Amino acid sequence: MKGKKKWYDYLWIFSLTYLILGFFNILFAWLGLLCFFIPLLIAILKGSKAYCNKYCGRGQLFSLVGGRFGLSRKKDIPGWMKSSYFRYGFLIFFFAMFFLMLWNTYLVFAGVKDLGMAITLLWTFKLPWHWAYHGTLFSDGVAQFAFGFYSVMLTSTVLGFVTMLLFKPRSWCVYCPMGTMTQLICKARNAGSPRK
Amino acid sequence: MAKRKAVVSVRECVACGCCVKVCPKGAIAVPRGICAEISRELCVGCGKCAKECPASVITLEVTEQ
Repeated sequence: MKGKKKWYDYLWIFSLTYLILGFFNILFAWLGLLCFFIPLLIAILKGSKAYCNKYCGRGQLFSLVGGRFGLSRKKDIPGWMKSSYFRYGFLIFFFAMFFLMLWNTYLVFAGVKDLGMAITLLWTFKLPWHWAYHGTLFSDGVAQFAFGFYSVMLTSTVLGFVTMLLFKPRSWCVYCPMGTMTQLICKARNAGSPRK
Repeated sequence: MAKRKAVVSVRECVACGCCVKVCPKGAIAVPRGICAEISRELCVGCGKCAKECPASVITLEVTEQ
């Protein structure tokens, strides 16, 4: 209900800070795992999408920039983008790319590959990002994961930003892989329970 | 008089909860994370949720009451 703001209505500050920190020290990228595990844990343990519904800082950021600041055409998203084919397809693609990133991290951990100080945007474009690397205490693999994970976060933010401009502010929510996955978990988990 | 009520397309809803946040009546919830449910008693048919829904799967339907 609209009304008094709760503490969690300010989590967009966390999302924004996260994006900014990645420009200064890439190791902060590890914090992004929170946005990965918290929604999953809520879905698995509580069987709800409370993360999407209340806590998602990225969604809040998009609704702030697209809604309050008006950087959105506020048009309907095309039908194919909300189809289950696209949503599940994007989920599969996103996770295939995610595991590829984990594999690259493993290769650096194992000493087979050298640390690549770059951010891969949209799974294609390599951007130099060496300024955000100031050494790591442990293996180079720790930094490699940070570069890889930040690439995932930045890529999804860019995609979300573009669809925010083109369609409704929180268009990202329609095809967000985390959202699709938590909804699938909730569907599976609550399959047996009767409605209402 | 005919009244308007918001109706969710259950099959297409992504359960993001954007509608819950904008509803001035607190008439919407996303129980069990599957899809949004709108209380017909509380809904006043203002259409804020339909406008906000990123998937545009909420429509206002005229009901005779």
